[in-house]
Amino acid sequence: MFVKQISVFLENKPGRLAAVTKVLADKGIDISAISIADTTQFGILRMIVNKPEEAMAAVKQAGFPASTTEVLAVEVQDEPGGLNHALQVLQQAEVSVEYLYSFIKRNEDKALILFRVEDPQKAVEALKSAGIKIYGSDDIASL
Amino acid sequence: MYWNKSRECMSRDELEFHQLQKLKETVDRVYHNVESYRHKMQQKGIIPEDIKSLEDLKILPFTTKQDLRDNYPTGLFAAPLSEIIRIHASSGTTGKPTVVGYTRRDISNWAELVARCLVMGGGRRDTVVQVSYGYGLFTGGLGFHYGAEKLGAVVIPTSGGNTRRQVMLMKDLKTEILACTPSYALYIAETLEEMGINRDELHLKTGIFGAEPWTENMRKEIQEKLGIKALDIYGLSEVIGPGVACECSEQNGLHIFEDFFIPEIIDPITEEPLPPGEKGELVITTIDKEGLPVIRYRTRDITSIKYEPCPCGRTHARIEKLLGRTDDMLIIRGVNVFPSQIESVLMAAGETEPHYLLIVDRVDNLDSLEVWVEVSEKLFADEVRKLEDVRKKIASDIYTTLGITVNVRLVEPHTIERSEGKAKRVIDKRKM
Repeated sequence: MFVKQISVFLENKPGRLAAVTKVLADKGIDISAISIADTTQFGILRMIVNKPEEAMAAVKQAGFPASTTEVLAVEVQDEPGGLNHALQVLQQAEVSVEYLYSFIKRNEDKALILFRVEDPQKAVEALKSAGIKIYGSDDIASL
Repeated sequence: MYWNKSRECMSRDELEFHQLQKLKETVDRVYHNVESYRHKMQQKGIIPEDIKSLEDLKILPFTTKQDLRDNYPTGLFAAPLSEIIRIHASSGTTGKPTVVGYTRRDISNWAELVARCLVMGGGRRDTVVQVSYGYGLFTGGLGFHYGAEKLGAVVIPTSGGNTRRQVMLMKDLKTEILACTPSYALYIAETLEEMGINRDELHLKTGIFGAEPWTENMRKEIQEKLGIKALDIYGLSEVIGPGVACECSEQNGLHIFEDFFIPEIIDPITEEPLPPGEKGELVITTIDKEGLPVIRYRTRDITSIKYEPCPCGRTHARIEKLLGRTDDMLIIRGVNVFPSQIESVLMAAGETEPHYLLIVDRVDNLDSLEVWVEVSEKLFADEVRKLEDVRKKIASDIYTTLGITVNVRLVEPHTIERSEGKAKRVIDKRKM
């Protein structure tokens, strides 16, 4: 039900992001979603990739502190109000969102949003009972 | 002008006679009252009666900061606590501070020394003295305070901080002598500019600055900006505090008060005494202290000594302005900082082998310390908030241990250069 996300620590200085993408490119790893949270000093690069274990090993080998986190891949209608619907459901269930970002690929008229929430189990239940589809790793691989 | 002419200008013969009597008393005192000293002397087969001349000082074992740490907190005190009336403390090399104790007589003697320094700076009974050293465990504030009171001066105990108010009081109360760290003096000068106050509106004549190393260039800048004569004062809490040595108006070396302290300059590696004029480590023996006498204390400060007569008339030897150290101690805003202290904070934060770098700089005349910490797998978290918490936690732990504010910067692993053997832990960008 959860999707494995890779998070990498990056210092805020020129060339660091390119260093990570080079490591992944060299290994032929496909990035299907990417985002950066940044502060004045450092950033956290978050990615969904096709081969998480391999990507993780490569990034660590290159000397970057990295960790994996489980996130929710939530399907929303790619139209005004689509994301809002999912967020309303989470709010009513009193689940806080830590962060979110979107998938590069889309599934016909659907968009995919990645959510990191405080209480994943509760979020899953709430979204499902509202009829919102949540993607697993296999669903993403077949996109 | 002297505070105590008979002592400050005594002939060499008189002085050495005085020193020998006092040295004998001190050695006798520590031998009988302090187990650590007795033990060390017994190991070398020395008894107090072996001290027959000043030359015999050299047979006595050295005392180091490690000895103070091993005997934490009061193990080296040579007077019972019923006689101790004051405690001061400075940061130790690891978590525990170095604790020093004073008897009533020690406090009175210390005030005598500071009074001498103030008179060197032109102080009299009607002089307004502003003490902008920190008051508290640090010896600067209270040390100066008691000295200025002994002189009978008008003391303004502003302590550090709240610079605009300091300047206002300085102007309105016509402060003549300012006592603070040299970097704070420069900061005050800048604040004057900001407030649109011309130095001629003040009545400052002299600054007595210490607790951190400063260069001749800094002296020129301070003298120019504040329109004063800037004198260097030296001291360390293990010996007594400020007032161990001070420049007279000649500004050519600091008179070390030899009727209270016997200075030696040694080669820090071979520990052999060095002749006058040669640079080496300053070693001090206190000869008129009751609470915490120290025998041949290794100050780790590098200087040289000269015995030539000074035009001011004082006969006490002069040490050169102190700039270097034999260890890795940093002085940041007057606070002693050892890299090992930062390391122990990082270890306590869960880092087993912390890679860190200290970047010291002087921005707007105030020392700044940035601590670079490599982010290990263990420290790393997926959330910005958690990483910010790590930064804040390290900074606040350092503040708790050392009392200084630092900026913690998280860097990628292997950012900090690894050198063979000893890691380079400090980059000091301050122009010394």
